[in-house]
Amino acid sequence: MSSGLIDGLFVFMLAGFVGFEVIRRVSPLLHTPLMSLTNALDAIAVVGAIVLVGEHQSKLAFGLGFVAVVAATSNVVGGFLITDRMLKMFKTSRPTKP
Amino acid sequence: MNTGFAGNQVGIEFLYLLASALFILSLKWMSAPKTARHGVWAGEVGMVAAIAGTLLHHGIVDYRSIAIALVIGSGIGIPLGLVHMTAVPQRTALSHAFGALCVTLVGTAEFYLRTPNVPHFTMAVLSMEVILGSLTFTGSLMAAGKLQEVLPQRPLTYRGQNLVNLSILAVAIAVAVDLVLNPSNQHLFPVMIALALLFGVLMIVPIGGADMPTVISLLNSYAGLSAAAMGFVVDSKLLIIAGALDGSSGFILSVIMSKAMNRSFTNVLFGAFGQVQASEAAGRGEAKTVRSATAEEAAGILAAANRVVVVPGYGMAVAQAQHKVRELYDALRKRGVEVRFAIHPVAGRMPGHMNVLLAEADIPYDQLIEMDDINGDFPQTDVVLVIGANDVTNPSARSDQSSPIYGMPILDVDKARTVMVIKRSMSPGFAGIDNPLYYMDKTLMLFGDAKSFVNGIVHELSGNTHS
Repeated sequence: MSSGLIDGLFVFMLAGFVGFEVIRRVSPLLHTPLMSLTNALDAIAVVGAIVLVGEHQSKLAFGLGFVAVVAATSNVVGGFLITDRMLKMFKTSRPTKP
Repeated sequence: MNTGFAGNQVGIEFLYLLASALFILSLKWMSAPKTARHGVWAGEVGMVAAIAGTLLHHGIVDYRSIAIALVIGSGIGIPLGLVHMTAVPQRTALSHAFGALCVTLVGTAEFYLRTPNVPHFTMAVLSMEVILGSLTFTGSLMAAGKLQEVLPQRPLTYRGQNLVNLSILAVAIAVAVDLVLNPSNQHLFPVMIALALLFGVLMIVPIGGADMPTVISLLNSYAGLSAAAMGFVVDSKLLIIAGALDGSSGFILSVIMSKAMNRSFTNVLFGAFGQVQASEAAGRGEAKTVRSATAEEAAGILAAANRVVVVPGYGMAVAQAQHKVRELYDALRKRGVEVRFAIHPVAGRMPGHMNVLLAEADIPYDQLIEMDDINGDFPQTDVVLVIGANDVTNPSARSDQSSPIYGMPILDVDKARTVMVIKRSMSPGFAGIDNPLYYMDKTLMLFGDAKSFVNGIVHELSGNTHS
């Protein structure tokens, strides 16, 4: 069995723990932007789709890859955009009363 | 597939490594509002690095098509990034669907490129990728449809529903197992996809609106896991990492949401609220009396208070009343009244929904208090104003063992001195569970649309402001 596979499992396990520790600390205040951010990051699947389109190995792979790139790119662009719009809105109390 | 290390391969891997580090930093910076926007920036840089690295891939010949697809995708993504804040839950569900669609399509393409020479392990993760991707795709579309109210929000249930659903999933998994053992049975691949797509639809049919925060989080987790599975198929550690991060994020949020409803995942997915309440509601014949008040009376009570807590819920989002609530907040603060907001984890239709709406209305986030932090303050609170929230304030969750929401952690608003509830009518809320809070002596019902009622109170308050 390939060592790449085992490496992959190690990476998955470590990333899972890192994700758990990092995300546990996210304030509930920001859970909505968190979800839209992870959604944008998850669209990194676009790299696999880009390879399918670029290599053009078969008509089917090209067609499926093309739609996949479109879908993932819309998540990347839309996800980062809306996350930033939401985060911009979060403000603390300004100095109240003169 | 892997064509060995060409010249620029090391450079590509380095860019992927950089992107992985930036993604982790991105989530780390999301932990607090002060650093959160750096998180977006880190994510964006990581994404650009990863895409740039991919374009260096030596097998790529057709750059024009890639560019066209990227432009079309951006063209769809920009309007989706600019939707109104009240539409964020359905937008999120839709983007889960797009992410899952991408993963499913890539998995399908990889299968047909490699078949019939797919090693057992690869076929196993590929099946997992495609099954999870397909059911997340249709499930998220259904969720988005329900949230956008294109589809009915009420849970649809029938006898034997869970058996039917689980059988479909079981058959899909059985087909996957067969494909792993006999990769030459290519004709079974579309069958597996079709079953998973169907399961995704049927899985969401019995889900009601109140369960959406948990379900959206679960779908988020599935989308992440399917992306991680794809990482194994296309041998991309970056994708494994991103998928694991997204998967754990969705998982943590699902746990928080289901704890906040005192329900297990299986209960959310397989135990629609629908049936329970039908019998519950039928049992109630007697008419109970409630006290109601006008905007003028409500304004008087609020103005006389020292400490006010506002409890927002989905009804505030539907009425788009958050900006009027902000005016009320300002008017009361001007009179020296302390106003804070009590946020229940499952208020609204997705995790953190209320925080985003109130932040949009320019209410400072340090006035938005989580359930556990504010519950102890209710006995010292003069007035609680509930705007469009129902189940999260229902005291029978504490006391009535026969209640379908018994055990759910709630905001203890009934402990405040006076409770005012803005509600359209006495008809039982979305979940159909009666709320004894409304019949208490200290409770005043303010019947009307949230936006116009709050507006009425603000009007009364500003009218008397020069006294």
